[in-house]
Amino acid sequence: MRIYKLLMRFYPASFRNEYGEEMRALFVRRRRDATGPLSAALLWFQTIAEVLGNAALVHLDILRQDLAYTARLLRRTPGFAVTAVLIVALGIGATTAAFSVTDFVLIRPLPFPDADRLVKIWETTPGYARMELSAPNYRDWKAAATSFESMGTYHSEAVTIMNAGEPRRFLGSSVSADLLPTLGVTPIIGRLFNGDDDREGAPGTMILSYRLWQTEFGGDPTVIGRNLVAQVDFDDTPYTVIGVMPREFHFPKSDVLFWITTRFGEGAYQAQERTNNWLEAVGRIRRGTTLSQARAEMDVIAAQSRQQYPKENKDTGATLVELGTEVSERSRLLLLALSGAAACVLLIACANLANLLLARALARRRELAVRTAIGAGRERLVRQLMTESLLLASVGGALGIAVAVASVPLLARLVPATLPIAASPSVDVRVLLFAVALTALTGIAFGLAPVLRAGASPDLDGLREGSRTGGGQKERLRSALVVAEIVASVVLLVTAGLLIRALLAIQAIDPGFKPDGVLTMRTELPMPEYRAVVTREAFYSRVLQEVRALPGVTSAGYVSFLPISSFRGGIFPVSVKGDAEAANDIRTANNVAALRYVTPGYFDTMAIPLKRGRDIGEADNRDRQFVAVVSESFVKRYWPNEDPIGHHFAFAFADREVVGVAGDVRFRGLERQSEPQVYLSSKQVADGAITFYAPKSLAIRTTVPPARLASTVRAVIRRTDPKLPITEVQTLSEMVDLETASRSVQVRVLSAFALIAFVLAGIGIHGLLSFAVSQRTQEIGVRMALGAQSSDILGMVLRRCLLLALAGVIPGMALAYAAGRSMEALLAGVKPADAPTILAAVGLSALMTVVGSVTPTLRALRVDPITALRAE
Amino acid sequence: MLPPATFHILLALAEEDRHGYAIIQDVALRTGGELKLSAGTLYRSIQRMLEQGLIVETRDRPAPEDDDERRRYYRITPLGTTTAKAEARRLSQLMKMARAAGFAPGRA
Repeated sequence: MRIYKLLMRFYPASFRNEYGEEMRALFVRRRRDATGPLSAALLWFQTIAEVLGNAALVHLDILRQDLAYTARLLRRTPGFAVTAVLIVALGIGATTAAFSVTDFVLIRPLPFPDADRLVKIWETTPGYARMELSAPNYRDWKAAATSFESMGTYHSEAVTIMNAGEPRRFLGSSVSADLLPTLGVTPIIGRLFNGDDDREGAPGTMILSYRLWQTEFGGDPTVIGRNLVAQVDFDDTPYTVIGVMPREFHFPKSDVLFWITTRFGEGAYQAQERTNNWLEAVGRIRRGTTLSQARAEMDVIAAQSRQQYPKENKDTGATLVELGTEVSERSRLLLLALSGAAACVLLIACANLANLLLARALARRRELAVRTAIGAGRERLVRQLMTESLLLASVGGALGIAVAVASVPLLARLVPATLPIAASPSVDVRVLLFAVALTALTGIAFGLAPVLRAGASPDLDGLREGSRTGGGQKERLRSALVVAEIVASVVLLVTAGLLIRALLAIQAIDPGFKPDGVLTMRTELPMPEYRAVVTREAFYSRVLQEVRALPGVTSAGYVSFLPISSFRGGIFPVSVKGDAEAANDIRTANNVAALRYVTPGYFDTMAIPLKRGRDIGEADNRDRQFVAVVSESFVKRYWPNEDPIGHHFAFAFADREVVGVAGDVRFRGLERQSEPQVYLSSKQVADGAITFYAPKSLAIRTTVPPARLASTVRAVIRRTDPKLPITEVQTLSEMVDLETASRSVQVRVLSAFALIAFVLAGIGIHGLLSFAVSQRTQEIGVRMALGAQSSDILGMVLRRCLLLALAGVIPGMALAYAAGRSMEALLAGVKPADAPTILAAVGLSALMTVVGSVTPTLRALRVDPITALRAE
Repeated sequence: MLPPATFHILLALAEEDRHGYAIIQDVALRTGGELKLSAGTLYRSIQRMLEQGLIVETRDRPAPEDDDERRRYYRITPLGTTTAKAEARRLSQLMKMARAAGFAPGRA
């Protein structure tokens, strides 16, 4: 019998209360009729199956009923329904979108098998916490380390492929043969590299990314075995396509389009190569070995290397970083801030809805009381109310998911390009599950308040004619909810304000050149054709001469790499004492400078100010003293308080004389300190030496819109050499804007969140005060009849409003300050207690409170004592 | 179309008011033991029929010697009668069609 009672628990309480007794009686009769253990067992079996089936059906019946009732109710109050659904949609949409990006970048493991055992291996030197490896150190370390299953190296590589008569340039990665197996990936067609493919002299082999396969080869499966002629390392080299990787495989970055092998010869391991750091390395830690064990082993191995090569490996260590955590601290903070903001929006949305529903529950008190009076149990009422809020939440959630799906691509800029994942997140099953869970939680969260009220006291007072609604306790709950909204919106306003200030501060940073009105493009000069300096100079002078003659062009020049472009390195050691030994020692901190070869006219074009001396001139050729223009920070570093003109220093394998001083340029990006800069004449270099730095970036300053010139300049280059690929055609300002693009997106997203929060909190205040005024109409009427002035009534409403604002703004400010402190790294020097931001946030909150309370206040003032009292 | 359980309950209540157990017995008797309503099915149907207004709970108690204080008695409403008649008409029409198609005995 006890078991049957337990079984009855499956039925809804209302049904159980109504029919439980009789059903039990029926069961008793049946049990009596069933004699013998077999028939008793059969009876139990039947009963259990029957109870489970019917209980589910009864639940469904009730759900259908409640849904029909809710739908009828919402149709009667469409304004309420639409408002509620929109609020839910905003909250869930914002949170889901933020989650999908955060999940994609921070939470989800990298798309490789056992990704947690993959680590990046770096060298450490005094100046650099993470430095690429030199080939000899890599070979030694790999041979010595036992903590790893396998290791592989890679570095970025671009190739020019002649396709359909037009040279096209693609970005890819040059890898060791063991890199892809280390990652644990397999091609969709063809094969991976063999152990022999990365030896010097091996035939060229290439694996295509899915994207390159689709865009350049039309997804043709017979592409395997196709021969291509590609320019790599400035040489025309034949390559055979041997495989195609799956669509989801991106390594090391999302924009890598192919993989070829680095063909290591003995030359790569010579003694002087030990300070040439150019390889990135990934290792797979052996199963059962921990990261700290592997780290300890690498420390020992690095110490041995230091002993073995005390000069080259001076102060050089090794460090391991989990591959999945190679996200910069900035990206991490940025995403966390985004998620926090989204959570705030959702919280405000829930508080707002809870308030709306509470107000409605009060207004529906009589209806609920009637239903209780005619026998609806408390459980049925709670169930009905929960069905209502969950229905609102589901409709809003579905809309919110649509909002998220539409807005996630807009957030793609927040995905750092340096991760081996796709460039843009997509809304997948995980995200959908998250959204559904969020919707359910939201529905329960905002539905709970009125349910608790209804559940606590099925008060029959509601039936009494003219009973006043809204006692002190409910008012307090509703006020608390509004205060919570104000707190959250103040936090959002302040953080969004801080980030806007940071963005403005960064945009105000002087990059050292004037980006407006400059067109830039890149023309890779193929070797060996352009090995000789004369050949290059002939090309530069013809192109520059023709370009300078174009209408609107004021100046033009070539440089190795433009500042803030895709390549931001290029550091060489400096020795001011003419000590050639020291000039090769990149290991000593602070004796490095950025190397750039330029043609005359480069400084004019970029509007980099020449502070002293002269520009590189046409006469600075190989027969003359090698000259250099250095940056102000270079002067400050080596010859503070001295006139640097005429001083000599050793740099890039030659003695240089300073002829000019230029302003500093932030070549590493707006937010980073850059090393001092040295500019050399493009003519003063040996044939075939340092060809990687041969000028290839063209900058043109014009008085006409730069983009309009692009096709004319292309034609000039085509006429000079039709085989050259022309890439990265963009204006200099576009390039600089790209620097702050992820920040702008972030600021826009956060501002949107803050705006939503602001509006929702305003609606919350408005709703609370309107309701309070309407509930107190009679009281106001009585007061007025007893001689209260309008100013008294005004004071009464405004006092309320001021209290709410104060109660929200003060803790809001404290929380906002804490939030600002935790994201200080994102603020580019703006203090978390930034006065303008805080004043603006307080001002806006005051405005929100005032606007929210205008109509309720006016309504209170317009109360006609006669009408109000007659209603009594 | 009425759910079969609903129709049977209406049939059981056609002659007199009955309580739950009596309905089950009547249905079983009428169908020769073929349809034995379970408690869950019975009361779920009763709840729906009450809501739809096909039956009502009656306060008139039967003769004292048959009465059981704890029991609830149900009575068919005029709406219930009309509904049962409509269902019967639908069934007989179906039967006619079945005969015409030669699926059932009797005159074509």
